[in-house]
Order: sequence, then C-alpha cells, then structure tokens
Amino acid sequence: MKHRLTRMLVLLAMMGAAVVHAQSGGELRFCLYSEPKTFNPLLTADDPSETIRYLTGGVLMRLNRMTQQLEPELATSWKVSKDGRTITFKLRDGLRFSDGTPFSANDVAFTIEQLMDPALHSPTGDMFRSGEGRVQVRVLSPNRVSATFPAPIAGMDKLFDAVAIMSSKSPQKEMAVLGPFYVAENKAGAYIRLQRNPNYWKRDSGGHQLPYITSIRLDIQQNRDIEMLRLTRGEIDFVNAISPEYYDKLVSQNASMVHDAGVGLDSEFMWFNQVSNAPIEGYKKQWFTSTNFRRAISEAINRADMARIAFRGHAQPGIGPLSPANKFWFNAKLQPHPFDQKSALQRLSQDGFQLRDGVLRDRSGHRVEFSVITNSGNKYRERMATMIQQDLAGIGIKLNVVTLDFPSLIERMTRTFNYEACLLGFVNDDLDPNAQMNVWLSSAKNHQWNPSEKTPATAWEAEIDRLMRAQASTLDVKKRKQYYDKVQEIVWQQEPFIYLINKDSLSAVSPTLHNAHPVVLRPQVYWNIDQLSLNTEVAKNR
Amino acid sequence: MRYVRGAAIAFLLVTTVACLFANVIAPEGYAHQFRELPNAAPSRQHLLGTDDLGRDRFSRVLYGTRVSLVLAPAAALLASLLAALIGGTAGFLGGWFERCAMAATDLFLSLPWLFLLITVRALLPLNVSPFISVVITFALLGCLGWAAGARVLCADARAIAQSDFILLARATGISRVRLLWRHLIPNLKPVLEAQFWIAIPVFILTEANLGLLGLGVAEPMPSWGSLLRELENFSNLPAQPWLFVPLIMLVLVVSSFDLVLSKEELLI
Repeated sequence: MKHRLTRMLVLLAMMGAAVVHAQSGGELRFCLYSEPKTFNPLLTADDPSETIRYLTGGVLMRLNRMTQQLEPELATSWKVSKDGRTITFKLRDGLRFSDGTPFSANDVAFTIEQLMDPALHSPTGDMFRSGEGRVQVRVLSPNRVSATFPAPIAGMDKLFDAVAIMSSKSPQKEMAVLGPFYVAENKAGAYIRLQRNPNYWKRDSGGHQLPYITSIRLDIQQNRDIEMLRLTRGEIDFVNAISPEYYDKLVSQNASMVHDAGVGLDSEFMWFNQVSNAPIEGYKKQWFTSTNFRRAISEAINRADMARIAFRGHAQPGIGPLSPANKFWFNAKLQPHPFDQKSALQRLSQDGFQLRDGVLRDRSGHRVEFSVITNSGNKYRERMATMIQQDLAGIGIKLNVVTLDFPSLIERMTRTFNYEACLLGFVNDDLDPNAQMNVWLSSAKNHQWNPSEKTPATAWEAEIDRLMRAQASTLDVKKRKQYYDKVQEIVWQQEPFIYLINKDSLSAVSPTLHNAHPVVLRPQVYWNIDQLSLNTEVAKNR
Repeated sequence: MRYVRGAAIAFLLVTTVACLFANVIAPEGYAHQFRELPNAAPSRQHLLGTDDLGRDRFSRVLYGTRVSLVLAPAAALLASLLAALIGGTAGFLGGWFERCAMAATDLFLSLPWLFLLITVRALLPLNVSPFISVVITFALLGCLGWAAGARVLCADARAIAQSDFILLARATGISRVRLLWRHLIPNLKPVLEAQFWIAIPVFILTEANLGLLGLGVAEPMPSWGSLLRELENFSNLPAQPWLFVPLIMLVLVVSSFDLVLSKEELLI
C-alpha cells in the first residue's frame, strides 16, 4: 500500500513536471566573457566558441557530465576495432539539421574528413592525430560509417564528445546544426541569440520535444562584478563559475542560489626549476633536484590552511596530477601529503641541511633562500605564495615572492629558465590521461620542471615515460588505469610538481531556472541544456 | 589658505612620525598571519580588523604608509636632482646639447610609464628581499620620472642664462662652473623645490597603481598599492567600511603634499 502511494506520488510529480516543462518556453540568459572567435565547431579553441559549439552542435556521443560515462546521441552504437585505429558508428535514422537538410552517414564522413584536413588546423582534430598519414572514412550504408586513423588512439570514442557533426549538403554550412539550438542572431560585441532547433531529435519521457527553452541570449560581459549584479537582479539566470568570495556573499543573500559541486578538476601547484643549464647557482640546482628537498618543502606547507583561508574553504588539499573529481582515473590509494614540519626537517637533515638559530643552511653553509614566481593579478596565487612564505619560515627557509606580468613569466619559464620556483595552476577539461602526455613525457615542452629533455634526466622520469607510452598504446582500459595509477604514485613520491590545491567547482543559479544540477565538468550549469526550463512567470515575460 | 597649508603640514608631520614609529605603535608585525582570524572585523586586538590572510590591517596601514612616505620623497629627490642635472645643464649650455637633452626628455615623456616600469621590473633579479624590492621600485620611479621636471628646469635655466645679471657676470670673466654654482643653481632652487613636492604624490600614486596590478612592493611588505587591492571586491565594501582607511589615507596624504606648496610656488 505504502509503495503504491509512493509510486502514485512520483507519477503525479513527474506529470506535474512534464506540464511545467511543456509550458516552459521563454528565454534563458547568461553571459560570455568575450565574443566567440568562430562559429565553426571544428575550429573552436576559446571558451565562448566552445559554449556555442556545446549549445548548437550535435555529437555522435556525449560524455554525461554527471556520471562521466559516454552516452549515445546521433550514433545509437559504436565499436572500436581491436587495433584501436578504426571506429564504426551506427547512426539514428530520420534526423534533420536545423535548416531541414537530412542527416546521413555522408555528413559524419564529411565532418571527420574536414576535422582531419591538415589545411584546416583544427584544434579538435589535433586530439586525433596520433601518427603520420591520412584518415580513411568509409560510408558503409546510409546509417553506418567507419573511420580508420593512421595510428591507434587510446580513449578514441570519448574524443567524439567534442566533434559537432556538420552538414555536407546544407547551403548554410556550419550554421546548420543538429544540437538543441542554432545561432539566430549575432550582434557583435553585444549579444548572441540562439533559437530552439525545430528539428532537434530528442524528446522527453512524455514525448514532448526538447529543449524546453525557446531561446538563449548570451550577453558579452567581461566584468564579473556586473555579471553578479545582473544575476542578483534577475537579469541573467546563472553564472557558470564563481569565486569563493562571491559564493560566500551570495550565501548570505540567497543560499539557494549557490552550488558547490565539490572538488573540481583544476589544480594549483608549484615546482622547482631543474633545468640543467638554467642560470641559477649550482648549489641551488642540487637542492631542487633532490627528492628529499622537494618532499620536505611539500610537507612544510599547510594545504588545509591554504584551502580554508585562501579559498575560503572551497578547495581541497591537492594530491597529485588528478583530482578525486576524475572518478575513473584518479588513484584513490593516494592521500594528500600531511603538514608535518618535523618530518620535513628530518628529510632535510638526510641531505645535510641544518636548522641553526632559526635559519636553515645546507651542507656548505648556504642559507636556504629561494624565490617563487607567479602571475600578478591572481589574488589566490598571491595569497597561496604568501602563506607558503610563512610556512617555510617555520623551518628556517626564506622565500621571496615575485609577481610578474604573464608574458615575463612565460619568458622565464620557457625561454630563459631564469627562475627558481614557480607557482601556477592547471585548468583541466579532459578526463583522459592522454591529454597530459605533453606534460609527463620527459621530451615534452610542457614538462615544466625540465622541458624537452633529450633523454630522461632521472630513472623515475624514464619510468614515467615508459608508463605513459604504455597506457597510450593499449586499448585495455584496466591496463591503462594500472599504468596511470603507477604514474600518479611516482609523481606523488618524487613531487616534481608539488600539488597544493584542487579548487571546488562553484556556480550560481537563479531559483527561476529549473532542473539545473551543476557539476564539476565544463559546462558546469548547462551541461543538460535540453532539460533546463524556466519558471512559468519568467518564461512568460521573456 | 595659510591655515589649510598649516593643517596639511601638521597632518604630514603627525603621519610621518606615527609611521616612523610603526614598530612601537603597531600592535602586531605586518606579516604575521593570524590564520584563525581571516577577514575579521575591527576589534580591540585588531583595530581595523584583519585582511584575507589574517594579518592585522592597522599594522599594515602603518607600515604601508611608512613605505610610501619615506620612499616617495626619496624617489622625488632623485628625480628632481636628475631633472636639475639634465634640464638645468641643457638650458644653461644651450645649442646642440640642449637639443639632444630635450629630445631625450621628449622620448622619455612619450614612453608609456606604467608599461616601462613593468618591463624594467620584470628584468630585475628575483631573489631580493621585500625591503630591497621596495627600494628598487622607488629607485626605478625616481630614475624614470625626471623628464617632466627637466623640461621645466631647462626652460627656467635658459631664461636665467639669458638674463642681464648673468650677462654681467660673464662680462666679468667668471668661469662657467662658478657661474653655474653661484648664480644659476641658487636661482633654480625654488623651481626645483616645487618640482620635488609635485613629484612626491605622483610617485605615491604610481606605486599605488603598480600595487593594484600586483606588480608593486613584494609580499609580505605592505604598501598603499597592495592595501588598496582590498577595494577590488566593491560589493563587499558597504559591509566593511574600514577597508576604505588606506584609500582615505592616500587621498589625505596626496592632498596634503599638494597643499604644502604655496600659491606662489605653484605658479612657478
């Protein structure tokens, strides 16, 4: 009896929701921080262009931002060959682009060929370039198509989440789309209006065509303060990512508006310059290349204080290359390095360092003093650096904090190598470890502590090289996970990067927007755009 | 006007004395982080509350004011001396030297100051203590800020060099060095003094601009620029009016420096 009543209540609630959704309509409004550089989905490299691609582009499969699992979209199923080079898609029948042009396997073939055309220089296409040679695309039937790449691509299917299918026949070219919205108006420098795609293929459980919202207005607004003001006035419906300060302020105004989706993928970390020909003193190079020294510095930093004070509690102590937000690839055996200054001093004493009269000196009597550079204008990094300064003073180390304008910072990091330590962050969008190949391979340019090594400088770097190559060349996900777990363990032990913080994913959503469930993956708030709906009152007035 | 000038001088004196004795007056060190009390409201222990890292704001305002009040005049003195040397000599000697010196001055004036400062600062060594970084910042301001004063001094020196009493002195066979030392420099002194007082608030504001961009004095040493960065989050200001204190101090001090000059000196 109790179960039947519950079921009836759920059914009534769903019917109610369906009625609300069916009546929703209206215009969703939010802000872009700059104009999109392109509407061509294959050429997107900036955030605003990616927003447009996400809202308008139809993809073969979509990574569900909440479950982090791939789900079928335009393709009902797909199969990756054993050699990891070929993927075959089975497509949905009877779909049409926003301009009415029918969708077929030819469009998928056209898109993949365009994507891999070297002359186009597609940043999305670069993710698929695993070896020399051309991609071979074969249309097997009107709803089956296969693509064979010159070399195996680990995690190939997930990459198709970023490939919006274009029409091979439409005169509107990239403006004809398969996603929930299409670009209806572009007022340069002011706003972009997207209109509901009348041919969008998805329907809700009640058979109602999605999306519920009629249009989206994207205002170009650089100033974050004004954006927040507009949110509180009800002029826009959400802000995708907000700062801890705004989060706390909004909590005091309207706690139901803010969402902390938990620890995100982005990390903040510092590293020591280990470049052999860097213009720094020899004895400092010896410090920086010592694992004991790096681990001691790591243990002397109070990450919990950093998360609590610099990020107002909206961050977690950093652990390694991945944050726990990366549900599958994160090595759950690893824990943050504890704050333990006694242990730090013990490690340092193993390398001959001695603390005398509050000053730490190395074996040769040099005072332990070094500088850390970071980019000016980033108050969180400046706060972190100042906190590290006080923490390290606790073990007799003098740290000089230097803030530099970004071009000067990059110049020192990548060309002159004239720096001792650097504090920066890593914005991570991709769950797959392959996206980090350019960081972990010792020959890579972004191997920041010692870039572009001809041969690995240490045994553990050679081991990381081996493991990264091994995980990239196998299609067995379990094996890949084992290899990458090992990489994370080595990085945790050796600490070429001292991971400090993983920031929480914070967003603000107006109570008038229904069905928003912010997540840590981008786009945090509107990942389920076709499910979002507006309050009836708001929908009527817009 | 005399009373206002007197009040300005008195205010500057009181502020300077308070800042010079900051280590006695300030309840805490400017760098100490009370990590259990970040962003605290004013209390007996922390008269102006604490900043986002839990540092006593009153102590930081005192020490930050000291940085600006001691080093901005030093930078102004350096800039005025350079202006006197380059502008005064150019006006006195005239001819090709004046043309070259004024061309260099025009070039300096046409450079975007802030970008130049940022560039020069980026080239400096990294491993310097916060105190040295302060000295370097203001020394840079002094070395780069002489051009406007040099033009004024050049024009004035030229006018003096062409005056009758100089002609008379020359006719007596006086040496150039003596002419410069005995007749020119004493007559340039009022202009030089005016340039010095005008330069102080300019340098204070320039440091504040650099600090606002995060490129001023290195942490943990405070300066008005770094203290003013707390005003960035303007939506919090109505609830935390004590954050305005560094701004009020800046406005009062800069205005006081302007009021120190008499009407006559300003006309010069």
